[in-house]
Amino acid sequence: MNTHGLLGRVVVYLSAAVVAVPVSAFLGLGSVIGYLAAGMAIGPHGLGLISSVEDVMHFAEFGVVLLLFLIGLELNPRKLWQLRGPILGTGGLQVALTTAILAVALRGTGLSWNMAWLASMGFSLSSTAIALQLLRERNLMPTPAGQTSFSVLLFQDLAVIPMLAVVPFLGSAEASAGGDAPWISALKSVGAILAVVVVGRFLVRPVFRVIARTRLREMFTAFSLFLVVAIAALMQAVGLSMALGAFLAGVLLADSEYRHELEVDIEPFKGLLLGLFFISVGMSVNFDVLLARPLEIAGAVGAAVLLKAAVLLGVGRWTGLKGRECVVFGLALSQVGEFAFVLFGLGGQLGVFDAGTQAFLVLTVALSMLTTPFLFMADQKWIAPRFNRKGPTGIVPGSAASEPVQTKDGAVIIAGYGRFGQVVGRILHSRGVPTVFLDHDPNQIDLLRKFGQPAYYGDVRRLDLLHSAGAERARLLVLSVDDMETVFETARLVREHFPKLPMVARARGRVDAYRLVNLGIPVVRETFHSGLRAAELVLKELGLGAYEARRLVARFGAHDESRMRAAAALADDEKALISLAHEGRMELEKLMKGDEEQGRAATDDGWG
Amino acid sequence: MQAALLRAARQVSGLSIQSIYEAYPDCVIDVKAEQAALAEAEVLVLQHPFYWYSCPSLLKEWIDSVFEFGWAYAGGTALKGKYWMQAISAGGPAEAYRREGYNHFTIEELLRPFEQTAYLCGMIPLKPFLIQGARAQTEGSLLERAGEYALLLERLKEGRFPERHSSL
Ligand SMILES: Cc1cc2nc3c(=O)[nH]c(=O)nc-3n(C[C@H](O)[C@H](O)[C@H](O)COP(=O)(O)O)c2cc1C
Repeated sequence: MNTHGLLGRVVVYLSAAVVAVPVSAFLGLGSVIGYLAAGMAIGPHGLGLISSVEDVMHFAEFGVVLLLFLIGLELNPRKLWQLRGPILGTGGLQVALTTAILAVALRGTGLSWNMAWLASMGFSLSSTAIALQLLRERNLMPTPAGQTSFSVLLFQDLAVIPMLAVVPFLGSAEASAGGDAPWISALKSVGAILAVVVVGRFLVRPVFRVIARTRLREMFTAFSLFLVVAIAALMQAVGLSMALGAFLAGVLLADSEYRHELEVDIEPFKGLLLGLFFISVGMSVNFDVLLARPLEIAGAVGAAVLLKAAVLLGVGRWTGLKGRECVVFGLALSQVGEFAFVLFGLGGQLGVFDAGTQAFLVLTVALSMLTTPFLFMADQKWIAPRFNRKGPTGIVPGSAASEPVQTKDGAVIIAGYGRFGQVVGRILHSRGVPTVFLDHDPNQIDLLRKFGQPAYYGDVRRLDLLHSAGAERARLLVLSVDDMETVFETARLVREHFPKLPMVARARGRVDAYRLVNLGIPVVRETFHSGLRAAELVLKELGLGAYEARRLVARFGAHDESRMRAAAALADDEKALISLAHEGRMELEKLMKGDEEQGRAATDDGWG
Repeated sequence: MQAALLRAARQVSGLSIQSIYEAYPDCVIDVKAEQAALAEAEVLVLQHPFYWYSCPSLLKEWIDSVFEFGWAYAGGTALKGKYWMQAISAGGPAEAYRREGYNHFTIEELLRPFEQTAYLCGMIPLKPFLIQGARAQTEGSLLERAGEYALLLERLKEGRFPERHSSL
């Protein structure tokens, strides 16, 4: 097979992933190990199906960019500001301590100071991709451990920028990296960030609005991707971290009505690219180096992970993480991150490291990434039980001291904000019940946003949109869209994926109502109740008192509802339906005799 | 009988008349509006048929929701000094409303919860206006009683109050 053509390579990657990841997930190892294993298998040091690791890795780094964009989307500027303490304090302390201790230790093993500094800087960083993936898979993001991990990772992503800037000064070769004077590149950076802020704040939303109006889904996806890629390219052009730029763009869009749709669109790309990234890490594991110096490598990996974990535990304690939270935090960030590859690559180019040292360090980094999923497993088996009592993980998810990234617990999701959903929404709003609106009409969403309501653009039939609207934690879903097929499809979807989420549905007419009744969903026939009100007005015009008219109509309504329910059960049996209808008519006639004939007012007698 | 009484009341100019079964068929009272109307008034006349020795349910609901804690009582003085009167039509004849009669109690006795309601709010209860014995009423007698009712309302408007009612 020609594995050098693009299609050939894609086939290799995808088949390796499709085989390895499910196996790994089945064995309880999580997806990351699966990707890594797939990479080792197909890489130049494994079966050799793929030879050029660097290219892929470069491309796959984009998965990290998309990941940070998505993380940004969940953090609006206000929340980010709230997290400034943990980010700067905890993150700064962790990076500084790890770098300093490691540098001294490495100097002790005989490396030059320059090598020691660069190596330890790289080692102080953890893998955003691995740590967040593992924490998310275990639903630990909303816990204090998850939040602290996130803050520290964010700081590390920022810290890479100055680190990359100092590499040239550590090199023996002349600093040949950039041609610009420092102040020019600083100016460029500030300009680029300003551009992102302006575009994100003021330009993107109008464009999305226009695109949403065309109702062409793929245009929306295309523009979402374009946005992230363009910002990443801009950041790279001025020498800033692509991931950081994407994160910034995400934060700026976190408040926008298109947040959910963006999440939904970008998520699959992120998933695949991040998978590719892990595969490329697996591919870079050089078994020759490993076989040549197995003990040294093992020692280096063990020492690096141990030292990182030790510093993290100390820092975690210092910020107030307790017991098990602290352990999770320490383990989650104990590996060395993907930015180390970048730093060491640059170090190699600029002559800080010789090729042998570089290969050794890169291998150490890759293997350290492999350890984390196993450490998490060991933790589940041996450490967690000591902290038990609080459920399987020893942590109550959502019991975060700091605010969880998203709080939509107990909200009512209103799918379809037309004339129908509006009424429901306004009443809930006036009661202070938190509501989340979903609609596929950008004009409606615009309107809602003007009134400061949380509202998101998207197709409610999409499982991922429901996920990101918080369907797992919502109190109720109101299906108020006017298209019945959408109502049915969404109802089925929700029953399957969120069996605990109660629903209230809108039905066009009687036959639609049957189907919903048979699904056990409380249903409101949209025109039925306005018909009742009209009948009441007519009765009043005909001379009935308001109270009597209301009671008559209410009685009719109740009768019809119960008939409808009875008919729903027989919806397929025509004969039974006909006799039921006949019975119903007679019952109704009796029922609808006015109060007079029912003998209520003929009670002048009997009191003496 | 209620209809005749209402027609009579409508003849008297300058009264504020509220038909609660017309205004609130779904039994949700507009408390603020009712309180505002009460604040304007000097006399409150509750005109209603006698239902199970009391007022009909919606009128009870009206009292329950309009006479708010802190507004009408418990520190509230919105109704203080105003007059309270009931105009009642009943199925049973007058002679049925006494100890030896069919209903054992006089209407005044049966109206004690209302009387105490007035006291609690600092209101002054007046003698009720009664039409009793619905069956025995003829068109003529009914018109006559309705005329008396209109006259009574006319006097109330002018501040000429009938005797106070007290079963204390
Ligand atoms: C539900 C109900 C309860 C009644 N309770 C009494 C009662 O306790 N004592 C009484 O004398 N008449 C009672 N009546 C008779 C009404 O008071 C009488 O029908 C009414 O005052 C006549 O007014 P109208 O001609 O405007 O309907 C009752 C009537 C109804 C419908």
